[in-house]
Amino acid sequence: MPILNYIYLCLTLFSIGVIGVLVRRNAIIVFMCIELMLNAVNLLLVAFSKMYNGATFANAPTSTIGIDAQIFVFFIMVVAAAEVSVGLAIIVMMYRNTHSVDINFLNRLKN
Amino acid sequence: MNTLEILFYALSAFAIVSAVMVLISKNPIHSVLWLILVFFAISGHYILLNAQFLAIVNIIVYAGAIMVLFLFVIMLMNVKKDQEPKKQHLVKFIGVIAGGSFLTLLIALVKQTSQLQGKTVLLKEGTIGLIHPLGKALFSDYVVPFEISSVLFLSAMVGAVIIGKK
Repeated sequence: MPILNYIYLCLTLFSIGVIGVLVRRNAIIVFMCIELMLNAVNLLLVAFSKMYNGATFANAPTSTIGIDAQIFVFFIMVVAAAEVSVGLAIIVMMYRNTHSVDINFLNRLKN
Repeated sequence: MNTLEILFYALSAFAIVSAVMVLISKNPIHSVLWLILVFFAISGHYILLNAQFLAIVNIIVYAGAIMVLFLFVIMLMNVKKDQEPKKQHLVKFIGVIAGGSFLTLLIALVKQTSQLQGKTVLLKEGTIGLIHPLGKALFSDYVVPFEISSVLFLSAMVGAVIIGKK
């Protein structure tokens, strides 16, 4: 499978996430779109890892070239889990204060 | 067209359709369920790339833990329908235009990159996605970041409790 197919797929998923962040106004859905972008990046990292591993696969089938990308994906998942716990706590607190999750109400820092 | 290509295109179409449905569904609970389907499609891609550990971790952590947290919060707030006002078609249009031009720009950039032409991804074979090499790398080369991430988790837990208690 050419690497370009994976790149196009991940770019499409990432752009859908970007459009979601720009278009939706529900804070929870904006947050979910950020998760979508993180997952697109994860998939691209794994694809590149298999690309570099596949280049040496014919000569050395057990080489671990490219394993760093998969470790990176693991750490991205860790950071995403921590981020979601704090972010959802912030959203719950915001809902308690304003009784809404609309991000347009979050302009109090403006003045 | 062999089986792997059919699987790749089917999973890709499934992922993209589900991702679009995340955006256009009005009910936030439906958005969460569609996003879980996206994560399942991405896990299918990981299995296709023989990254078995990441496939399972993706399902357990994302679809199992994170999305359940989202569902809890949505049900706790009782946000049934989106209370988004109607008069924002212009904003939606501009957002879609901006995202579409971002996608076009990136695709045009990738298309003229000469290093990526003709490179292929190893499907179905290779051992680096299995638990044994990953565990070895994680606990030898990456043991310090691993421990630091546990500290990050601890601080995130403390932060979430403190923010939630106010």
